[in-house]
Amino acid sequence: MSKKEWPLWEVFIRSKAGLNHKHVGSLRAADAEMAIDNARDVYTRRSEGISIWVVPSAQITASDPTDADALFEPANTKIYRHPTFYDVPDGISHM
Amino acid sequence: MVKDLSIQELEERFQEKINKDIKIEPNDWMPDDYRQTLIRQISQHAHSEIVGMLPEGNWITRAPNLRRKAVLLAKVQDEAGHGLYLYSAAETLGADREETIDDLHSGKAKYSSIFNYPTLTWADMGAIGWLVDGAAIMNQVPLCRCSYGPYARAMVRVCKEESFHQRQGFEIMAHLAQGSPEQKAMAQDALNRFWWPALMMFGPNDAESKHTLQSMKWKIKRHTNDELRQQFVDVTVPQAEMIGLTIPDKDLKFNEKTGHYEFGEINWDEFWNVVKGNGPCNKDRVETRRKAKENGAWVREAALAYSEKRQNRKSA
Repeated sequence: MSKKEWPLWEVFIRSKAGLNHKHVGSLRAADAEMAIDNARDVYTRRSEGISIWVVPSAQITASDPTDADALFEPANTKIYRHPTFYDVPDGISHM
Repeated sequence: MVKDLSIQELEERFQEKINKDIKIEPNDWMPDDYRQTLIRQISQHAHSEIVGMLPEGNWITRAPNLRRKAVLLAKVQDEAGHGLYLYSAAETLGADREETIDDLHSGKAKYSSIFNYPTLTWADMGAIGWLVDGAAIMNQVPLCRCSYGPYARAMVRVCKEESFHQRQGFEIMAHLAQGSPEQKAMAQDALNRFWWPALMMFGPNDAESKHTLQSMKWKIKRHTNDELRQQFVDVTVPQAEMIGLTIPDKDLKFNEKTGHYEFGEINWDEFWNVVKGNGPCNKDRVETRRKAKENGAWVREAALAYSEKRQNRKSA
């Protein structure tokens, strides 16, 4: 018996028109077409989706969690990017 | 930087995250024991879903009518889906899927011992849905808050689907209990056979459970075996009374003071005997799974060869 396994695919589902595709999990399939068919059976048995994306898991590049502090720190110090940073005098509306 | 920390410091940081209810994700640092505990638990859970298809699959062709057949088919298909969510979750921890499945076939990995009992009558489909899925829900609802993200997310999906399983089982039992005397006797017989194995599903008593303490510290588990078992008895006994069936336990009584049911001693010799592989159907279940993998091997190989051939044709 061959030891070669079917590749792993990440599955993204659009639940309805107007919403973005969202990662729901992964599965194994011999090719992209079968990955779509399997995703239909595994992740949309109760009308959870109207569109499916499958991506070979090996094609995903992820940020390293141990770099998270350095990677996201610049955003933490720039609170002036949020509207709540600013004082709006009483009586001012539509702002 | 995290990379320069000692193991002890990393473990402290890890436990701090757990204490703050911050989920652990696949690429995060985690203690090796945490990883191994989860791989063991998630793969056993996956095996239980897959082996759990067999006792019910036994009745699909003999369901009493088309509605019952369609429902049972949908339920068994769900169990396959649950197994797949869980194998995928185990893979995020670095477990090799094929090895995981081979461990089931070699007897190295366990699965829920409830599936080693035979399904002798149609009423067993009712008892399994009502009691076995009911007990599984008790176990799985707290797992939706498990500290490991992919396991918790898989459990959210499983729990959403599982409540239909319990209702369809209860409906079968209620229907039989209101039927002819023979039908009612069949329902009672199924309850008699599945009640105690269902209570055993929660695992050994707290004093005997070697993994509970650490699992609770890591927030993999949120309640002890005995707490969940008590909760199950408390909600299920009134359901049995409602449909006119009798729980097969002469020591069962309601304690007004505590607000809980007191129940008889579980036969732990039977439990351990089934866990060790000597239940009525252990050999049959594993053999069926092993054959399914072997007999399907050529299909998986052919699908892969076909995909490679088409790839080559495209690039040529």
